[in-house]
Amino acid sequence: MARHTLSVLVEDVPGVLTRVSSLFARRAFNIHSLAVGPTELQGVSRITVVVDAEGDLLEQVTKQLNKLINVIKIVELAPEASVQRDHLLVKVRSDAGTRSQVVQAVELFRAAVVDVSTDSVTIEATGAADKLTALLEVLEPFGIRELVRSGTIAVARGGKSMTDRAIHKS
Amino acid sequence: MSTGARITPSVMPAHPSRENRSRSEASTDSLVPGPNRVFEPTPMTGSQAIVRSLEELGVTDVFGLPGGAILPTYDPLMDSSQIRHVLVRHEQGAGHAAQGYYLVTGRPGVAIATSGPGATNLVTAIADAHMDSEAVVFITGQVSSAVIGTDAFQEADIVGITMPITKHSRLVTRAEDIPQALAEAFHIATTGRPGPVLIDISKDAQQGSMDFSWPPKIDLPGYRTVVRGHSKQVREAARLIQQSQRPVLYVGGGVSRGHASQELMELAEATGAPVVTTLTARGVFPDSHRQHLGMPGMHGSVGAVTALQMSDLLITLGARFDDRVTGQLDSFAPGAKVIHADIDPAEISKNRSADVPIVGSVKEIIPELTGAVRESQEEDGPVDLSDWWKVLDSITETYPMGFTAPDDGLMAPQKVIEKLYEHSGPEAVYVAGVGQHQMWASQFVGYERPHQWLNSAGLGTMGFSVPAAMGAQVGNPDRTVWAIDGDGCFQMTNQELATCVINQIPIKVAIINNSSLGMVRQWQTLFYESRYSNTDLNTGHDTVRIPDFVKLAEAYGCAGLRCEREEDLDAVIEQALAINDRPVVIDFVVSRDSMVWPMVPAGVSNDDIQVARDISPDWNEED
Repeated sequence: MARHTLSVLVEDVPGVLTRVSSLFARRAFNIHSLAVGPTELQGVSRITVVVDAEGDLLEQVTKQLNKLINVIKIVELAPEASVQRDHLLVKVRSDAGTRSQVVQAVELFRAAVVDVSTDSVTIEATGAADKLTALLEVLEPFGIRELVRSGTIAVARGGKSMTDRAIHKS
Repeated sequence: MSTGARITPSVMPAHPSRENRSRSEASTDSLVPGPNRVFEPTPMTGSQAIVRSLEELGVTDVFGLPGGAILPTYDPLMDSSQIRHVLVRHEQGAGHAAQGYYLVTGRPGVAIATSGPGATNLVTAIADAHMDSEAVVFITGQVSSAVIGTDAFQEADIVGITMPITKHSRLVTRAEDIPQALAEAFHIATTGRPGPVLIDISKDAQQGSMDFSWPPKIDLPGYRTVVRGHSKQVREAARLIQQSQRPVLYVGGGVSRGHASQELMELAEATGAPVVTTLTARGVFPDSHRQHLGMPGMHGSVGAVTALQMSDLLITLGARFDDRVTGQLDSFAPGAKVIHADIDPAEISKNRSADVPIVGSVKEIIPELTGAVRESQEEDGPVDLSDWWKVLDSITETYPMGFTAPDDGLMAPQKVIEKLYEHSGPEAVYVAGVGQHQMWASQFVGYERPHQWLNSAGLGTMGFSVPAAMGAQVGNPDRTVWAIDGDGCFQMTNQELATCVINQIPIKVAIINNSSLGMVRQWQTLFYESRYSNTDLNTGHDTVRIPDFVKLAEAYGCAGLRCEREEDLDAVIEQALAINDRPVVIDFVVSRDSMVWPMVPAGVSNDDIQVARDISPDWNEED
């Protein structure tokens, strides 16, 4: 099954996230990640969903999504034609003995240390999913105590905006 | 650079921007249904605004039952001279009545209930209306917004519960939002593919003050419907029709919902192709027309089922390749290309891949297609379908729809239904429950006009008949309305007979009483070695007859009749037709062993249709 990234413009109203996610659930799609937040337009939110799905089934689900009254527009973003990023915060076991090694890894990946304690280092990193996976592999041996990821957000390359034709900008 | 692939069927025009839409809409009528009288802001309560909005939307009949959270609305409702409220005995009845009302009038049905159990009692009707694409607006009271989410008395998250079974649902907690919410609900329910919309209104919104003005602005940036079909697709469809040797018009409920019977007739006669009408489409093409082969599917006619199987082109109009029509999907109409016209893009290629998809209203598409077909015929000459008709005629002559007398010598249920039609004709309305009697009613009543036949097709809701017939009678007060019901179904919703009597809604109920959950029993006979687990209802011959349906009818103030012998059928039906001042209930006590034939057993190919138990047509004979 191929991985797909969908950007879904929705009206920012109660229940819209439930409506969207339950359509995936009904067809037993596994949502790999889901990120939601405001857009440049007031009252319009954008949901980025990453799912593993066969093409035909995905088309069926997107058609169903299009039927939701609060869904304004859906776009599939191909990896080569879009910028896709994840954000993560990871708390790594680290004391005075290993701290310099951890910090070195953080620098190599252009991540940042955002908190330090006597026995841990908390790291913030942004990047494509595979870069973050590589970072986590390097950090793994030190001991990962806590990990949180934002889910992928994505935007198409080029000058056009997804909201251009979807909604009148005043 | 790419902005990403827009996931929209290629046949759909791009959505116009909101700016363009408002410009194009300026030339057409308002999106707000109703007469669109203009009212300057007038102070009133939210509950008055509910009643006032319904009046402005043109509503004349609503079905409902009050309770705590909707009480504020019932007070101004009492003063409305335009709206007749029919007080039901169970909210499910209000829902089905609203469905029946919509189905016969084409105007949106309205059902009102209170919060919590009132709202959850509507759920079956909501799901039913959703499956069969019916424009019904459900209005529920909700507990005050301050206590929503606290498990307050009679609180239920009905918007959450009904999300998967409504076209749209919305909670309103501010009085000032009520007119817009209701106008949008009616707009959504009645446009595009019709469907149920639920508006849940908190008690404080009903009690709050607001300034009522009309018409409200409809602002639904995510909602658009495609009406006109893509002309290139229509021409491509006409080209396929011109090339086809064995075309079939596969006609579904969309043609009924889209009021496109006349358009269908012209297309059918222009192409000369055979027509099959699905369970929701019975009546959109007259049964008596020589091109009509009957209903396809699990209990369809042999002619309709085999025409689809042998076809090289399905001209699919407002149908959705339901599993009860296709049987085993892989072997359904294996040699056919598919033209699929539907207003809902999500139906295209959902079950069967379409060669020529056309998204739009059948009301618009069919005349265009007819025009394109005539053009092709003028260019290339008419298509000769005489070989195809030779095959079909031979099948329909060999396997006409019929039945045999039951071995036990008791009355045949099919005979009862034939007689009902013989006496009442196509101008009556026939409303079935779900089960054997429903299939017999679909087979042995002659359907000659659209909206003559109402039933619960997709959801298969037992108990649909009596309340839906009640709604149909309210919508069509001058027609005879027959509820053709089963003894099982009737016991689920017969409390609405009280509503019918009190409100002078003189429906006629024909209980096809075979003393059992007949369709389940049939499957037990066929597939469970005649082990009749929990299907006896003890209402028929040689049983205790509990309840006695005649006494029950009389207790409600209805006329109660009983008929047990074929020779009495004419007299009893005549007697029932002569009573018009109150509902009539006839207990037709029939054989319990009659089965619905033909039948394609579940999950097998339609090629394995059986005309009677273990008897399949011999196709070699035909070739």
